[in-house]
Amino acid sequence: MSIRLTIDDVEVKAEPGEYVLAVARREGFAIPSLCHHESVAPIGACRVCLVQVTFGGKTTLSTSCNMLAEEGLQVVTDTPEVRAHRAMNLELLLARAPGSARVREMARQYGVTRTRFPQVAESALANCILCELCMRVCSRLGHDALSAIGRGDKKRIGPPFGTPSERCVGCASCRSVCPTACVFVRDTATSRTIWGKTFEFVLCKNCGAPVLTREHRQHALAHAGLPEDYYDVCEPCKQADAAGRFANVVW
Amino acid sequence: MTAFASSKDLDAYREKVVKSRPKGRREIAVCAGTGCKAFGSFRLLDAFRDELAVQGLDKKIVLRPTGCHGFCERGPLVLFFPEETLYQRVKPADVKEIVERTVKKGEVLERLLVEDPATGKKFRTEKEVPFYKHQRRLVLKNNGLINPNTIDDYIAIGGYSALAKALMMGPEAVLAEVKKADLRGRGGAGFPAGKKWEVCRSQPGDTKYIVCNADEGDPGAFMDRSVIEGNPHSVIEGMIIGAFAMGAHEGFVYVRQEYPLAVERLVLALLHAREHGLLGKGILGSGFAFDIKVKRGGGAFVCGEESALIASIEGRRGVPRRRPPYPAVSGLWGKPTNINNVETWANVPLIVGNGADWFRGIGTDGSKGTKIFSLVGKVNNTGLVEVPMGMTLREVIFDIGGGIPKGKKFKAVQTGGPSGGCLPESKLDIPVDFDTLVREGAMMGSGGMIVMDENTCMLDVARYFLGFLKSESCGNCTSCRDGLMRLHALVADICEGRGTEQKLALVEELAATVKASSLCALGGTSVNPVQSTIRHFRDEYMAHIRDRKCPAHVCKALITYSVNEKCNGCHVCARQCPQKCIAGEMKGMHTIDQQKCIKCGICNDVCRFDSISVA
Repeated sequence: MSIRLTIDDVEVKAEPGEYVLAVARREGFAIPSLCHHESVAPIGACRVCLVQVTFGGKTTLSTSCNMLAEEGLQVVTDTPEVRAHRAMNLELLLARAPGSARVREMARQYGVTRTRFPQVAESALANCILCELCMRVCSRLGHDALSAIGRGDKKRIGPPFGTPSERCVGCASCRSVCPTACVFVRDTATSRTIWGKTFEFVLCKNCGAPVLTREHRQHALAHAGLPEDYYDVCEPCKQADAAGRFANVVW
Repeated sequence: MTAFASSKDLDAYREKVVKSRPKGRREIAVCAGTGCKAFGSFRLLDAFRDELAVQGLDKKIVLRPTGCHGFCERGPLVLFFPEETLYQRVKPADVKEIVERTVKKGEVLERLLVEDPATGKKFRTEKEVPFYKHQRRLVLKNNGLINPNTIDDYIAIGGYSALAKALMMGPEAVLAEVKKADLRGRGGAGFPAGKKWEVCRSQPGDTKYIVCNADEGDPGAFMDRSVIEGNPHSVIEGMIIGAFAMGAHEGFVYVRQEYPLAVERLVLALLHAREHGLLGKGILGSGFAFDIKVKRGGGAFVCGEESALIASIEGRRGVPRRRPPYPAVSGLWGKPTNINNVETWANVPLIVGNGADWFRGIGTDGSKGTKIFSLVGKVNNTGLVEVPMGMTLREVIFDIGGGIPKGKKFKAVQTGGPSGGCLPESKLDIPVDFDTLVREGAMMGSGGMIVMDENTCMLDVARYFLGFLKSESCGNCTSCRDGLMRLHALVADICEGRGTEQKLALVEELAATVKASSLCALGGTSVNPVQSTIRHFRDEYMAHIRDRKCPAHVCKALITYSVNEKCNGCHVCARQCPQKCIAGEMKGMHTIDQQKCIKCGICNDVCRFDSISVA
């Protein structure tokens, strides 16, 4: 730990290349965020993790998720100005995602219980806050099945060119990281529909429950070097089987 | 064509070209910039070519298409040498007479001279025309003299001699000279170019890039386009010198596809430079290698922001990223990259050629040299204006621009493009330099200058720029994307008669957040138009809100047209009304059906008796 900085007047240490938000959270300081996920590079989209930073004699506001820790940096996580701008950004987001419990709760903590802005009407995806987490995770997993389309107030997220992507394997990782749970997934006993594309499930040879989609299986086997029969049985059945064998050995 | 193997070869070639052009020979220079092209200057060139051939003069007289002269509103412009007579608004129909009288006999055709709209005085040469007289043209100086499609013209006027000098001086000395000159970036922020170069030069590693930012996207701004179209080699020479100082071997010009003529001339100029050994390996026989590629952008305003520009060159979506690290440390493909704007690069050969002291002698303490502005809007002389830093807004708008047309009153000037600010009459005497403009809530930007008269509604202006920016934001940050969308809707509400004081307060509150919490300079400066108009024209906002009136009579929802007692019943308005909502007998007083009126204002425009009242 070669970098020393202060957060709310407490001296903390950081590794070069670490971001302020990560350092702060590790050290137990609370900074709210919506578009951040530790497995992908930060883009500073939601603007909720704003903090006050003083560096080289200059004090400004900055998002903490994408700001690198620097020697001598002074971070203040809560000032009236920081609170006011976080609140305004949350009020803007609330008009985009009124259906998101997480956004509503975060806004409430900043005294925003209703938004003065009319709800965004023409949004392609209800409650989407355009944070690109789905897209970034999809890309990180090697699928690149999602993209940002258009710019400015016309920006939206979806498969490139608005047609179902041939690269999507139906893994639904996008759904699992979405801060507003707005990615629409419809699962039946044998199939999954996501981003306008329907996938067939591989069914557990033991219990018949869905394990994962065929395309996801193919992708996972190819990339993780797993044995062909790895996904033949679902995770709960595997565990039950292992538990049974273990019990036999012990008894 | 053999490449120059040394600067001696270059000098010898220059001598040869100059010798082949005897002093005082007859030349016709026709502006072939985009503005004059739109006025038909390419057809005019054809007409001159044909007429000279018919009269058997095509071998004796040189016909030269040139770059933009800047006085675009009077185009097509034609200059005659050696007399330097300037004709404006020349049409192919004038060509026969011009060749017979002006070219053959040296007579001046009064009707084609530039005239002062106020006094009616005629001017024969550029030097006499007030539009040019008060300018100090350094970067634009040669635009009207050279044919941008040939390298010979540029070499003949001393082109590439600064490069030869730089190669002699060595990279450290060149860098020192540019630093000493205090050249500040012409793209908007005014960051000292020398400092940026030094950071880039001091980075470890052999791979470095330099970039010319020609993604000029401000509505109404066309100075970078005109420099590339008119004198592409000056930009190329500046880039080669910069690359030499920084130790870069590859450069890019990022130019928007909407500038087809600039792209065409730039590509041709690069080809010529390569053929002459001015680009490529062993430039002018030195050990220095450098080449330039053209990258065409899709025309997103945000790609003028340097980190978005880098993303775009790399083939990614044009979205800014957080700086630092600055491109000078980690830019294109993670390598140190120096990005300067077109005008900055074009200043480099001037500084190296004439010396830093010469450059420092022009301008103010904090801002050296000249700046090109595109002077547009409600001003008599629109066009490109290059003035020393520190000239007052009043001098630019009234002495050079010739004041406001039709005797109307000046209301505001918007400097710095869509994210610049509007300055009222009380600020007309401030000097135009980087720091003063920022202090007054406007900015230099890339040099847009939009003049507004009393018929301009400042809310309408704010709404226009917010509308532009809400579409041109990359859409990454909540504050910029949604903030601008909301600000635009709120200001539109006020313009359309739905304004309340709460809405105005929300505009101010939201604008503060957009400014403080957006990632890049686009978001950070995007609220300047709305903040500066509220700051300087709050009364006008209040008139819209409290009185439901638009004092400038622009906002349609807040104005009514009615016929007053001066009406003599000529019926012209009724005939012209697209809604057919004006009724009245011939020679009797007319009335407007307010239910049907769409407030297009045509009745007011066509009435010759001042009998339409607007309130």
